[in-house]
Amino acid sequence: MLTKDQIAQRIAKEVKNGQYINLGIGIPTLVANYIPSNLDVVLQSENGLLGIGPFPTEDNVDPDLINAGKQTITMTKGSALFNSADSFAMIRGGHVHLTILGAMEVSENGDIANWKIPGKMVKGMGGAMDLVASAENIIVAMQHCSKEGQSKLLPDCSLPITGIRCVKKIVSDLAVLEIAPEGGFILLERAPGVTVEEIKAKTAGKLIINGDIPEMVFE
Amino acid sequence: MINKTVKDAKAAVADIPNNCTLMMGGFGLSGIPENCISALLERNINGLTIISNNAGVDDFGIGLLLKKRMVKKMISSYVGENAEFERQLLSGELEVDLIPQGTLAERVRAGGAGIPAFFTPAGVGTEVAEGKETREFDGKTYLMERWLKADFSIVKAWKGDTAGNLIFKGTARNFNPIMATAGNICIAEVEELVEAGELDPNQIHTPGIYVQRIFQGKDYEKRIEQRTISK
Repeated sequence: MLTKDQIAQRIAKEVKNGQYINLGIGIPTLVANYIPSNLDVVLQSENGLLGIGPFPTEDNVDPDLINAGKQTITMTKGSALFNSADSFAMIRGGHVHLTILGAMEVSENGDIANWKIPGKMVKGMGGAMDLVASAENIIVAMQHCSKEGQSKLLPDCSLPITGIRCVKKIVSDLAVLEIAPEGGFILLERAPGVTVEEIKAKTAGKLIINGDIPEMVFE
Repeated sequence: MINKTVKDAKAAVADIPNNCTLMMGGFGLSGIPENCISALLERNINGLTIISNNAGVDDFGIGLLLKKRMVKKMISSYVGENAEFERQLLSGELEVDLIPQGTLAERVRAGGAGIPAFFTPAGVGTEVAEGKETREFDGKTYLMERWLKADFSIVKAWKGDTAGNLIFKGTARNFNPIMATAGNICIAEVEELVEAGELDPNQIHTPGIYVQRIFQGKDYEKRIEQRTISK
């Protein structure tokens, strides 16, 4: 099983040179730590910044510079600042190439649920609905099963959804999977030590297995 | 040049009535109009509808207005981090309209720009789409969303001049410039107020036409919600 950092590390391999990327809160934020330094990419923060840099040192903390998770940040060389309408114009307009976000459930046709649990306090969707409706490539970082052991990769989402037919790829603690255009989770890679049988048993939605499934490799 | 200056926060918010709609700039606690919020707390008004991306925290920002029971309804995209908010919501004392952040921003922009409605992909197929018109353009389905306007919009800028021109700093810009355009009366509080002509016109983010009242703010706390330091 992968740790949260390993999930982030595996997702970082999907990043390509020249991409503008939006990272969600949680595991997706950790992806920034694993993007190879030879790639030139720009991280977007939907509260109005292109070019998120590392967290500041104590001396550099600026309350006027935060990310979408409200954490203090710095800017990289060549950053740009803008207002919230411009920020979502670049998201909806398809200018952000890759969105990485967390999920509570994903369905076999690529629907994602990550904003609301009925009966619990609803905090809101923030920018998630705009992001999933627009990005050309959406990768989800998630746990394969709930704490109670229930699969979160389902035929249909049981929770209120955030967006329809939008997820392209999933990196869970057990596997890397791709959403098939006609529906279904195509198993691409296994986490080290995890068997195809275990993934089969823990995937409630349609699982597509083509030939031998390689184990993930971590450098 | 038309002079937009008022004496202070108290004077700026003195005529805000009960049951009106306010827009307030800010993302989390960054770029919120701290001085106007303090001045509103001194006013004996209630029934407010507040359009703001977030709802502050328990003891700062819009959370203070909630605690004083001045707010009837919040229109926001994300409202975590606030226990009193949660209590009022669950007890039915507070109405909340949650809308996708990009839709919120565009509805405000549309309100200021005279565009009564627009189509967006955000929320298609979700409960956000319930009761709304959808339409297909070039093979993809979009949702119709309406503009948002307010009786007053209250924004915070870094620098401003007596003509109402504004410059923002860092990510404290966020919703402030668009909300400035969508209020019937826009009140701007600034960290540094200068005479008209002292700001470089090339650098202005919000032209003074949108701003009706401006004043020099003071004692900014600029509270940080998630102080995160490099290891």
